[in-house]
Amino acid sequence: MTIKLEIEHLAKIYPTGDGVKQIDFYVNEGELVTLLGPSGCGKTTVLRSVGGFIEPTSGTIKINNKEVHHLPPEKRPSAMVFQSYNLWPHMTVYDNLAFSMKLKKVKKKVIQEKVTEVLKLVHLLGMEKKYPSELSGGQQQRIALARALLLEPEVLLLDEPFSALDAKLRHELREELREIQAKRNLTMLFVTHDQEEALSISDKIVVMNNGHIEQIAEPQDVYNTPASLFVAQFIGRMNFVKGKAVNNTIRIGDLTFPFDDAYTGNVTIGVRPEDIQLADNRTSSIDALVDKSMMLGHFAEITLQTKMGSLKMFVDREQMKQIALKSTIPIHLNRFLIFNETGEVLNIIGG
Amino acid sequence: MWYFRTLGKRKIIEFIFLCLFMLFFFGPLLNLLLLAFAGEWQYPDILPSVWSLNWWSFVLQDESLVRSMWLSFVIATVVTLISIIICIPAAYAFARIRFPLRRFFLFSFLLTNAFPKMGLYVAIAVLFYQMNLMNTFTGIILIHIINTLMFMTWIPSAAFENVHKSQEEAARDVGASPLRVFWHITLPMAKPGIIVASVFTFLSSLNEAEGTFLVGVPNYQTMPVTMYSIIADYPSTAGAVFSVILTLPTIILLFAARRFVGADAFANGFKMK
Ligand SMILES: Nc1ncnc2c1ncn2[C@@H]1O[C@H](COP(=O)(O)OP(=O)(O)O)[C@@H](O)[C@H]1O
Ligand SMILES: [Mg+2]
Repeated sequence: MTIKLEIEHLAKIYPTGDGVKQIDFYVNEGELVTLLGPSGCGKTTVLRSVGGFIEPTSGTIKINNKEVHHLPPEKRPSAMVFQSYNLWPHMTVYDNLAFSMKLKKVKKKVIQEKVTEVLKLVHLLGMEKKYPSELSGGQQQRIALARALLLEPEVLLLDEPFSALDAKLRHELREELREIQAKRNLTMLFVTHDQEEALSISDKIVVMNNGHIEQIAEPQDVYNTPASLFVAQFIGRMNFVKGKAVNNTIRIGDLTFPFDDAYTGNVTIGVRPEDIQLADNRTSSIDALVDKSMMLGHFAEITLQTKMGSLKMFVDREQMKQIALKSTIPIHLNRFLIFNETGEVLNIIGG
Repeated sequence: MWYFRTLGKRKIIEFIFLCLFMLFFFGPLLNLLLLAFAGEWQYPDILPSVWSLNWWSFVLQDESLVRSMWLSFVIATVVTLISIIICIPAAYAFARIRFPLRRFFLFSFLLTNAFPKMGLYVAIAVLFYQMNLMNTFTGIILIHIINTLMFMTWIPSAAFENVHKSQEEAARDVGASPLRVFWHITLPMAKPGIIVASVFTFLSSLNEAEGTFLVGVPNYQTMPVTMYSIIADYPSTAGAVFSVILTLPTIILLFAARRFVGADAFANGFKMK
């Protein structure tokens, strides 16, 4: 596999002191890599540095193994899709799409062919004469995507492209993007703050927090083996319980677990709701009072009161029938993570 | 009455306001128009008793009056062009660059319009005397531009602010140099504002009398300046004819601008979110 985009030691510090630092990652050809993190963590800063709209304080950005960070945006082999579409309202759809080719003095006939082809790809054939204001948000973003595709970019950059759209449309466009990627073998750097979106479309996720990278991994690894407390709480659902590690044991209230680590001090136990299960007779169990139940479609979320504290677990329809509110049930933790005081993972137990 | 009853109270009030507005707005204009074509018009009559084009031929045949008309249009055109050249880059800078003097500039622009004009002009005239600009074409142009700077900067500036920086970035991204972005994206998107400001500039220059009078006498007498002496020296019909000639470009230009701005830009530019 060839590396298309490579970012090394990138830092951008704004005059206010905010910004990003120690950004290192790469994107292989044909891959979709997502920058994921809460709002303000620096995703856009990284993406815009690649696009050429921000001058990094230090570090290198290479596309196809060539340094590009000294080039203006119009000279970079990247193309950008913005959250706010940014179509030009005084031009028709056709002119919006043709603009880049007209600048390059491409023949009119070729322009027409390419516009038709790309409109077919984004399912908007026949919209050539419309103005952006006559299109819905989803259609506008498809045109913006088409405009970027016409540049035949080495790397396609997308900054929260679907977050202004409603949930159903967002799902549709994600799928379409994946289809187009397969057809065109696109290499993409995708920014989102939506962990579900990131998990569903990425080949690789770069989790960012507060201007730095917390973890780079495939979606299932980010979910199953988060590198830090931050990643664990940002991605998916997780119960957190405070405890103490002393003499190879962990104490939570008056419960104790054996712990095979020299670490002594405060710890946080993290357990995903789906890793809490009804205990059968063979396993060691914890008593839990069923406090609340919330129906969430094909499953329910149950709030339990235990000696460890309050825990949430998921149960399916069949189990729900057997569990009465305010009854006590035995539960078992199938798998959990132990974090030290600074949020690093010490150990993963079970599973 | 049945007709009004079906309309409801609010509609009737709206109707009355509309009538009042039409009366105030078009009444004087209509009166002016009638007067310009009147031969004889006694006070209580609603229409002139005799129609005539005498004063039209008088005005249009008087060489000095025709010359003043030409002068007015030439000055207005030059003032508009120079204002565009000076103000459009300034307007863009105001819209894009957040320099600290922004507020100060806005304030100083407003200030020139807050003082009584004559006071400002007298101060300028003193300066013009020292610079030998009194009774010159350049002097008149300068004094007009002082007036037009304000809206020629602030209206386009607001229009430029409506062009989002990211829309320009999108154009950079597809391969346009900064200059091409300005020419193909920013300028066309701000066009409605620039046209409106240019029309304002043209008209305000066309109608400017005080400053022109102060700086331009005796050699440069534009229409509004000449108007004073016509009103003083001739019957009101002559003044009416002259007013109609002075009003005509205003109306034509406003309608043209409305149609032009309305047709392509208002519809597709401003509707955008
Ligand atoms: N032009 C700027 N000047 C100063 N600070 C900025 C600027 N742009 C972004 N920031 C700050 O840098 C941090 C990262 O911003 P950004 O990259 O936009 O985050 P994200 O896209 O993840 O929401 C934030 O704290 C933001 O306030
Ligand atoms: Mg952002």
